[in-house]
Amino acid sequence: MRYAMVIDTLKCVGCSDCVVACQTENDVPIGYCRDWITETVKGTYPSLDLELKSERCNHCENAPCVRCCPTGASHIVEGGIVLVTGDECIGCGACIESCPYDARYQHPDGYVDKCTFCHHRLEKGQLPACVSVCPTKCMYFGDLDNPNSEVSQLLKKRKYKTLAPEAGTKPHVYYLL
Amino acid sequence: MEEELFISGRNIPNIDPSLEVWHWPISLYLFLGGLAAGLLFFAAVFYLLGKDKKYPAAVKVSSVIPPIALSIGLLALVYDLTHKLYTWQLYTTIRIESPMSWGAWVLLIVTPISFLWTFSYYREVYPKLENKLQVFKRLKFLNGLEKYIIKNRKYLAYALIPLTLILGIYTGILLSAFNARPLWNNAILGPLFLTSGLSTAAATIILLSKKKKEKHFFGKIDLALIIIELALISHMIMGYFAGPEVQVEAMQLLIGGEFTVMFFVFVIILGLIIPAILELIEIYGYKTPVAIAALLVLLGGLVFRFVMVEAGQITRYLY
Repeated sequence: MRYAMVIDTLKCVGCSDCVVACQTENDVPIGYCRDWITETVKGTYPSLDLELKSERCNHCENAPCVRCCPTGASHIVEGGIVLVTGDECIGCGACIESCPYDARYQHPDGYVDKCTFCHHRLEKGQLPACVSVCPTKCMYFGDLDNPNSEVSQLLKKRKYKTLAPEAGTKPHVYYLL
Repeated sequence: MEEELFISGRNIPNIDPSLEVWHWPISLYLFLGGLAAGLLFFAAVFYLLGKDKKYPAAVKVSSVIPPIALSIGLLALVYDLTHKLYTWQLYTTIRIESPMSWGAWVLLIVTPISFLWTFSYYREVYPKLENKLQVFKRLKFLNGLEKYIIKNRKYLAYALIPLTLILGIYTGILLSAFNARPLWNNAILGPLFLTSGLSTAAATIILLSKKKKEKHFFGKIDLALIIIELALISHMIMGYFAGPEVQVEAMQLLIGGEFTVMFFVFVIILGLIIPAILELIEIYGYKTPVAIAALLVLLGGLVFRFVMVEAGQITRYLY
């Protein structure tokens, strides 16, 4: 099993509903976030391109955060999800330094925190909170190892990109173009 | 004109707009760790070569510094952790891929050895202090321990050589292993920090030594190390030049960017070139204030660690 998230940049309107849903579902402290919206405007006036994206931990296959963790608090579980065990984390910050996406932060309680793909919801057969609330239905979640899953089909049909592929992390959040 | 405007909805403390996760304690530790590694390396090498009488400052006198430096360094490291009560988790596992795990284990071995090394020279280096405190008379069991260590000092020295080399290189690899920070991500940082650590150690020995010959000899060693360091720094900059866009941008922080003055004035000119000139003049037999050269080397080494830690956290991948 290999979980992946596919986000349609053509459908996303940048409403931040995914951000609020995540903060509520995961009790994210005020001022922090596990996912966030970015807006990029590119081009030569007047022909400009706007791209809206919902970003989060990419649950990389070649995860530098897991490699550099001195205690093993950062680890990969079934489905390729990268998790942090709070009680094993010493808060050294090495994983934060190692992440090209700056997807991790130090929780006010001391340990390092980040997106879990809503692991606790997946165990109950539910979708991640951000995916389930998206009003434009621009986010898809599923198993890449299953060729018939919605995410596999979308990646077969549509053009897509991943973020900073040159960092060599093999991210598993895909953006449809 | 091609334009790009990027707006992020994220504004997390210490993460945005650029990382501020590692603060001054880390830079201070990298400096003290390198200094301690260098001092213990010289002590072990010259002890094994049988030069402890010829170079007493290197083998005996300076041995008081590594335990203090390592203790302060370790306290600084723990101070910068945000989940301090869980620090013991470092010692529940050995993670080969994590430089920090290597460092934690090496420090766990080197720190006690540095205390034992100092302890074995205590009576010799501080006879007056011993007469006053009478530690060995009050705590009799120390006599046996002291004799045992002095008899087996050779084995401590053999252990120290590889361990201090790992410690010195690791202070650089700790940074260079992060592919996400282009300024750090170059293979030369390990050898560079090791050389810098050895150079600051040689400078400390010059400061502590009372023998002219010893000062002269370590002046020569320091000069050689400074030349190697300058060569490694120019290789590092050449590497950035030839690297991908993110590394070229990272280099601009040091050359033309906000860290230029710190890097060129304090690290290159005051910390390397001027001490090298002073030491060179001294080698040719003229009297120069070598103590100033040594202090400048120490200052340069310290500023270098601060520049690398702070500038590195600004550099990142753009996508």
